[in-house]
Amino acid sequence: MQETMTSPAGVPGFGRALKTEEMVLNMGPQHPSTHGVLRLEVVVDGEIVVDVVPHIGYLHRCFEKHCEHMTNYQQVIPYADRMDYVAAMSNELGYVVAAERMLKIKVPERVEYIRVIMAEFSRIVSHLIAIGTYGMDIGAFTPFLYCMRDRERVLDIFEQTCGARLLYNYMWIGGLSHDVSPDFADKVKSFCKYFRPTIKELNDLLSYNKIFIRRTANVGVLPREVALNYAVSGPVLRGSGVKWDLRKNDSYSVYDKLDFEIPIGAGKKGTVGDCWDRYMVRIHEMEQSVNIIEQAVDKLPTGDVQAALPKRIRPDAGETYARTETPKGELGYYIVSDGSATPFRIKVKSPCFVNLSALPAISRGAMIADLVAILGSIDIVLGEVDR
Amino acid sequence: MKEFLVSLLQNEILVYSIMALVPLVWVIPFALFAVWWERKISAHMQDRLGPMRTGGWHGWSQTIADILKLIQKEDIIPTAADKKLFMLAPYVVFTGSYAAYAAIPFSAAYVGSEINIGLFYIIAISSLVVIGLLMAGWASNNKWSLFGAMRSAAQVISYEIPVALALLAVVMVAGTFDLHQINQAQEGGILHWYIFRNPFLLPAFVIYFVASLAETNRTPFDIPEAESELVGGYHTEYGGMRFAILFLSEYANMFAVSSIAATLFFGGWTSPFGEALSGPWWGLFWFLGKGMAFIFVQMWLRWTLPRLRVDQLMYVGWKVLIPFAFVVVLGVGFWVMVIG
Repeated sequence: MQETMTSPAGVPGFGRALKTEEMVLNMGPQHPSTHGVLRLEVVVDGEIVVDVVPHIGYLHRCFEKHCEHMTNYQQVIPYADRMDYVAAMSNELGYVVAAERMLKIKVPERVEYIRVIMAEFSRIVSHLIAIGTYGMDIGAFTPFLYCMRDRERVLDIFEQTCGARLLYNYMWIGGLSHDVSPDFADKVKSFCKYFRPTIKELNDLLSYNKIFIRRTANVGVLPREVALNYAVSGPVLRGSGVKWDLRKNDSYSVYDKLDFEIPIGAGKKGTVGDCWDRYMVRIHEMEQSVNIIEQAVDKLPTGDVQAALPKRIRPDAGETYARTETPKGELGYYIVSDGSATPFRIKVKSPCFVNLSALPAISRGAMIADLVAILGSIDIVLGEVDR
Repeated sequence: MKEFLVSLLQNEILVYSIMALVPLVWVIPFALFAVWWERKISAHMQDRLGPMRTGGWHGWSQTIADILKLIQKEDIIPTAADKKLFMLAPYVVFTGSYAAYAAIPFSAAYVGSEINIGLFYIIAISSLVVIGLLMAGWASNNKWSLFGAMRSAAQVISYEIPVALALLAVVMVAGTFDLHQINQAQEGGILHWYIFRNPFLLPAFVIYFVASLAETNRTPFDIPEAESELVGGYHTEYGGMRFAILFLSEYANMFAVSSIAATLFFGGWTSPFGEALSGPWWGLFWFLGKGMAFIFVQMWLRWTLPRLRVDQLMYVGWKVLIPFAFVVVLGVGFWVMVIG
């Protein structure tokens, strides 16, 4: 898009075109708003983004190859933690669901409920970080620390349960590493009671702030068809108005016994599928997660937290694919077994990777400040994009 | 004060040199205090404590330690930078914001230079800042710096118009550009302050305050140094002493615009209680107190609001503030003509 400008008659140099050219800007890998080590090669025409090419791979840690060299299936779990490190519980859940489906074992009901509680807590944690850092991308620093404060409370519950605050290794194939502590239910309930008003506080401070709406509504619109074509998932897909959530549409664990709703973007402040819709889906999902947690705690049955398992896990030769709804979207584990004690191949379908692929399509024509807003609204974690 | 010093020292040039340094006695401690204060305010707004260790009581000497660290740092000039411009730029920025202090009346007894076009001088001299920012951004030879410089040039020039119009409204009421006289006209208690004297001066104050936020690159108009977009904006490549000077001039500028707001609309050094608690030293107290109150509002806004986008910033400037400023100027003129 080379623009030419001709100077008016009578001015020296009339007739010669003034040539402007596009500039290539490297955003990242060290940049405050790329949410990790992502490099965006941005072609800009002034402040307008002409094209974006995401360059990934700075955090590639050979997750899939590592899995082929474990001594057993359980050892994959700590690695699964490290993919989407802000929502490690959800990653574990995806893997154990896949492995248990492969082994054709059924875990006790109590385990399922605790897993659901933990996965929903990790959804809250992940969305809190997404919302907080998104506020920072837009220029509001304070909501970030409010989100971190609430996140700490969840992490305290995690710590009390399994000793770790970030990478848990909590969900094991056939069960859990520890049972929950006796006062777990009280702590969870008191958190839920505390958390609902703070969502409202966050809405007052950020979501309905006029400047925030001006910065996010009608920005980075991802229409329904484009969203489906790019196979995006999670809040990015639901923000575009598609009611698709694996917890309901392809239910796993005990989600079918719990009552919750799937929030979708409705274009309340702008167009369906804009940044504000994606952001708001996350806020509503946190509210729904609190509902799920409360129900699950009330229904929590007593019993053992470990299913009877053979000493050495050797699934029959074959393959499995299991997908779960993580905070970022649809996380799929494809496991191939050759009958030995180690997986022959593990392939992960990462929601962040897929969602990131839609970035160039929705940021062309936006401004640099919008690019930051769009990237933040997609909410990627580079640990999962690169694996 | 000048006459007194001249009679004491019998040397006019020496007196002028001393007078030029007097505002530094306020500006440097103010900047050190304001940085610490901003950290504390932001911390308490964000459910944190902020600096607590350095110096004992609530980390009071944190910024002094920071400045000492910055002074000791290695002076790095990027290889590809335009060396002369790069080195000069921070001083140009500082000159622009510091020179404004010459005409600001700190107290009934002290104003650096009693020029009869003081307000005009301040508007003119603070435009020097933007030249320094452009120099810094261009000389760094960094694309992010260039973006920041270009943004700040566009922003500061656009927002000078509403600032000038809002100040013009006061000048129309006062009938003078002399800040000292504008102050004297407001003596006699809180109801004599211009903001309460004329119904059109309240919107003029709001316009001035909003536009001055943009002129000092404060949130929600901090796009020239938007850290989440442009890394550091025009000061991305600066470090050590030069960075400290850019930082100092930013805070000096903050106080300059706050003190103009205090002088023109809130009576400057005049006491809110008429004759009570007035006098040269009380005058200084009222002036600095009013200035600090506006500084607090600036910080409060910074830690509450998100940031506007470049085009939205221009929209606010050209399509909201400037038309309203014209209406205010017309209204003030009408009011002065009819009611007096």
